[in-house]
Amino acid sequence: MRYRLGHDKLTLGRKILELNWGFVFLLICTASVGFAMLYSAAPADPNVPGSVGSWDPWAKRQLIRFGGGLVIMFVVALTDIRLWLRYSYVLYFIALGLLIGVEVKGSIGMGAQRWISLGFFQLQPSELMKITLVLALARYFHGRSLEEIQSIPYLFVPLFMVAAPSVLILRQPDLGTTLMLILGSGVIFFLAGVRLWKFALVGISALAAIPVAWQFLHTYQKKRVLTFLNPENDPLGAGYHIMQSKIAFGSGGMTGKGFGQGSQSHLNFLPEKQTDFIFTMLAEEHGLIGGLAVMGLYLLLLIYGYAIAMRSRNIYGRLVALGMTTTFFLYIFINIGMVMGLLPVVGVPLPLISYGGTVMISILFSFGLLLSVSVHRDVTISRKGEHEEL
Amino acid sequence: MQRGSDRSKLFSRRAAVLGGGKLVLLSALVGRMYYLQVVEAPRFKTMAEENRISIRLLPPPRGRIVDRFGEEMAANEQNYRVIITAEDTNGNPKGTLDTLGQVIEISEKEKKKILKEIKRKRSFVPVTVRENLSWEEVAQIEVNTPDLPGTEIDVGQTRHYPKGHYSAHVLGYVAAVTEKDAKGDPLLELPGFRIGKSGVERLHDLKLRGTGGTSQVEVNALGRVIQEVERQEGQPGAEIMLTLDAGLQEMTAERLGNEAAAAVVMDIHTGEVLSMASNPSFDPNAFNRGLSHKEWQGLITNPRGPLTNKAIAGQYAPGSTFKMVVALAALEKGVITPSQKIMCTGHMDLGTARFHCWKKGGHGPMDMVQAHMHSCDIYFYEIAKRIGINRIHDMAKRLGVGEKTGLDLPGERSGLMPSRDWKLATIGAPWQGGETLITGIGQGYVLATPLQLAVMTARLVSGKKVIPHLTRKITTSEGIEVPVRKEFEPLGISPHHLKIIQRGMNAVTNVPGGTAFRARIKEHEFRMAGKTGTAQVRRISKAERDTRVLKNSELPWELRDHALFVGFAPYDNPRYAASVVVAHGGSGSKAAAPVVRDILLEAQRRESSRGEPVVAPKKDEKEA
Repeated sequence: MRYRLGHDKLTLGRKILELNWGFVFLLICTASVGFAMLYSAAPADPNVPGSVGSWDPWAKRQLIRFGGGLVIMFVVALTDIRLWLRYSYVLYFIALGLLIGVEVKGSIGMGAQRWISLGFFQLQPSELMKITLVLALARYFHGRSLEEIQSIPYLFVPLFMVAAPSVLILRQPDLGTTLMLILGSGVIFFLAGVRLWKFALVGISALAAIPVAWQFLHTYQKKRVLTFLNPENDPLGAGYHIMQSKIAFGSGGMTGKGFGQGSQSHLNFLPEKQTDFIFTMLAEEHGLIGGLAVMGLYLLLLIYGYAIAMRSRNIYGRLVALGMTTTFFLYIFINIGMVMGLLPVVGVPLPLISYGGTVMISILFSFGLLLSVSVHRDVTISRKGEHEEL
Repeated sequence: MQRGSDRSKLFSRRAAVLGGGKLVLLSALVGRMYYLQVVEAPRFKTMAEENRISIRLLPPPRGRIVDRFGEEMAANEQNYRVIITAEDTNGNPKGTLDTLGQVIEISEKEKKKILKEIKRKRSFVPVTVRENLSWEEVAQIEVNTPDLPGTEIDVGQTRHYPKGHYSAHVLGYVAAVTEKDAKGDPLLELPGFRIGKSGVERLHDLKLRGTGGTSQVEVNALGRVIQEVERQEGQPGAEIMLTLDAGLQEMTAERLGNEAAAAVVMDIHTGEVLSMASNPSFDPNAFNRGLSHKEWQGLITNPRGPLTNKAIAGQYAPGSTFKMVVALAALEKGVITPSQKIMCTGHMDLGTARFHCWKKGGHGPMDMVQAHMHSCDIYFYEIAKRIGINRIHDMAKRLGVGEKTGLDLPGERSGLMPSRDWKLATIGAPWQGGETLITGIGQGYVLATPLQLAVMTARLVSGKKVIPHLTRKITTSEGIEVPVRKEFEPLGISPHHLKIIQRGMNAVTNVPGGTAFRARIKEHEFRMAGKTGTAQVRRISKAERDTRVLKNSELPWELRDHALFVGFAPYDNPRYAASVVVAHGGSGSKAAAPVVRDILLEAQRRESSRGEPVVAPKKDEKEA
C-alpha cells in the first residue's frame, strides 16, 4: 500500500527494494537442500576414511548453474511487466518455431532430439514453451472481457495455442511435459473465467479419447502406464525402480538414516538418484521429518506465489503469477508422486533440487517473471496492453 | 468498473478453489509419505536391512525339437549346478569362492574366470561356478552352506540330443551366451543360459527360448532365501516339429559311415526334407557341456570338416549328375531329338584341344536314353556345344543348381553356375568353347551342394519349382503355427521332355549295362531311377592319359574323385528324391549309388509301415 500511487514509473532502485526478498531467501534455502543432497549422492573420496559425499561431480556444477540462474531471474524480475506483455506472443512463436525446428531436425537426424545447444547450457524448446505458453495465454485472456471469455468462439485461439505445442511435444515423445503443459494451461483457462461446464465437457471427452490416444502411445509408454497400474508385471524394469524407490523411502522411517548414509540409494539400487529420484534419497537419509521440511519449503514458495498473484492489480500479472506457480506445483507433485509410486514414472525432475541445468534455469526464469509481477503489482495495463499508459 | 470487480471476484474465488485443490494433492503426498515411512516403515526397513527383496529370473524350459512323428530330437535334462550371487557374499565373492574350492574342485584358472565374470555382471545376477554336479558334490556343498555365503545349488536344465551326432548339423547346438549375444533379453545374463548357435536351434532360437518368469524372494543377510514372496511363471519355449524322420535320419547317417559325405532325402511333392546327414559329425551334447581347447582344435583342424553341414554348405562339381540338365536344355531348345544318335569314338576335338570320354574306346552311336545309361561324355559334349553355355546356365538355374534353394536352415551356400557374363565379371577372361564342353558333363566351374542336387532331381521329376523345407509345425504356448507353403509353380518344361530324362535315369539303374545297374532296387514296386556322377578333382595330364590313368586307390585321399548319385523312387509313382555325395569317395556307381539305394528303400519301407505321420502327445515339460 505504501507505493500505491505513481508507480507506473518505477526507478531501478525502487524496483530492487520492491523485490520479494522473502521469496528469494526461501528459494535459496530450497536450492541449498539440493546442493546438500547432490553432495551426499556423490561417491566419497575413498582415501579419507569416514568421509561422506563430494562436491564433484554434481553439487559444484549445480551451484554454478544456480548462480547463473539467479542473475537471469533478477534481470527478468526487473524488466517492466508491460514489456513482457507486449512480447508475450512473440516469445510464444519463437518457442513454437524452435519446437518445429527440433521436430524437423530430429526427424532428419533420426531419433528424438529435444534440445538446442546454447553453449553454456542446452535449451529444450519444450521447457521454453512451458513458460511462454503461460505468457501468451495470460496476454490473450488479459485482453478479453469476461463475456468474451465465456463465449465459445473466443476459445478457439487459446485452445490452438495449447494444442500446437502439445502435439509437437507429444511427438518427441515427451508425455510428462505434454501433460504439464495441458494441465498448466487448463488452470489458466479456469482462472480466466471459462465456464465450468466446459471443463466438465473437456474432461468427459478426454476420458472418451483415452482408448484412441492409447493407440498412439509408444510401446515403452504403454509399458510404463501398465507397469504403474501393476508394478509386479515388470519387476526387473520400471517396476523394479518403483519398488526399490519405495523400499528406500520406507526404510528411511521417521528420522532417516543420516546424511550420506542412505544404503539403498548408495548401493545403486536407485536409478538416477541425483535427478528424478533425488527425493527418495532425501527421504531415506532424512526420513519423514526431512521430507516434510522440504515439502514445507515448497508450500511456502507456493503460498508466496499465491500472495503475489492476489496482490497484483492487473489480470495479466495474476494469470502469469498463478500460471508459474501452478507449473512449479506440477513439477513437485508429479515428481514426488512418482517416486512414491502414486503416479507413473514420467521423468519429471524435482524443481530446485534435482541435478540438471535446463530445469534450474527454466524454473528461475519463471520465478523471475513471478517476481516481476510482484514488483509491478500496481502497474495498470490497458486491455490491449498498449503503450500509451506507460 | 463493475465488471472489473466481478472479474476480480471470480478470479479470487477460483484461485482459492485452485489453491485448495493443490493443498489436497499435497496432503495426499504427505499422507503417502506418512504411510510409507511410518506405517509401512518396519516392513521396508526389514527388506532394506536383510538385503531387501531379491528378484530371480526363472529360465523357461527350452522348447523341444521333434521329428515328423513326434519323436524327440532335442530335449532337456536336469542339471545341478552351483552358483554365486555377488551381492549375497558379504562383499567378498573371492572368499566364498576360495572356501568353495576346498569343498569341490575348482582350478585357479577357473576361479579367475569366474571372478572376472562376477565383476562384469550386475551384483544380483548369479554366476555359475560349476555345472553337472554329482550328488556327492551337491551334498558336500549343502553341508557347508554356513561357510559359503552367496552360493546356491540351482537345478537347471541342459539340452540333450538323444541321437547325438546323427543329426547334429540339422539341429545345431546350444552354447553359452557370449558378450556379443547378450543384448536386451535379461534371460541371456542368467548363468548357464544357452542359446542356439547353429542349425534349427539357431534358426528358431527366439521361439525355442520362451519367456522368462520371475520369482521375488526375501533373502537374509547371509544371502539365503527365506521365502518366496511372489512367483510369476514364464512361458516355455515353442516345440518345433521338423519334417525329418528321425529313424531315416539315423539310418542315413550310419549308412554314410566314416566317409566325408552328405545325403539328402526329400519329398518330391511337398519339399519336406526327410533326412539330411553330413559326415563326419560331432556330438552337440559336448558343445552344450563346453568343449575343451583340445576337443575344439580337433574339430576345426580335421580336414574332413566335421563342423560343416556338407549337405547345404559343401560345394562339389556335380559331374555326370549334371548331364540331365544339359539334356533337358538341348531338348527344350530343339537341337536334338530323343532318338537322334551321336557317335562316340572315345574322344572329340575342339580346335586344338582333345576331349575324352571316360570310356577309352568309345560307346559307339548313342541316343539320349543310352547316353544317360552309359553316362557317355561325348554325347553331352556335343549337345552342350550345340546349345551353348548360356542355355545350360538358364536351365541349371531353373532346376536349382547354383543358387540357394531357400531351405529354412542357416548356413546354406549357393554353389556356382557359370555363364559368359559371370566369367567375364569374376575372372576377367572371355568364355572358351572348351569350357562349355566340360560344363556339359558337370565339370569345370559348376558347383552344387548335395541339397541342390536333391532339389534338382525333385524338379526333374515333378516339373515344378520344388522348394525344400524343414519346419513342419511350431507349437507355442499361444497356439500352433504351420508355415504356409504355396503350391510349387510349374517350371514350364515340356512333360514329354521330362519323361525322356526320367527314362534315361531309369535305364541307369534298371537296364543291364547301366552305370548303376548293380545298385538297383530289386523290389519292383520300390524301383529307383537315378544318375551316377564321378567328379574329377585333379587334372589328368596328357602324359598320364597316354600311359595309364591312375586309379583312385593309388592317389592320396584329397585328390580322389568325388562320388555322386542322385535318384528318385518309386519310379512308377515318384515320391522321394535323394542325393548322396561322398567326397573323394571314388566312383559314383560304387561309392554313392548303393547308399542312395539303401536310403530310398528304407524311406519307402518306413512309409508303408508307419503311414502318414501323426503328432505324438506332448510330454509335460516340467517333468522333462
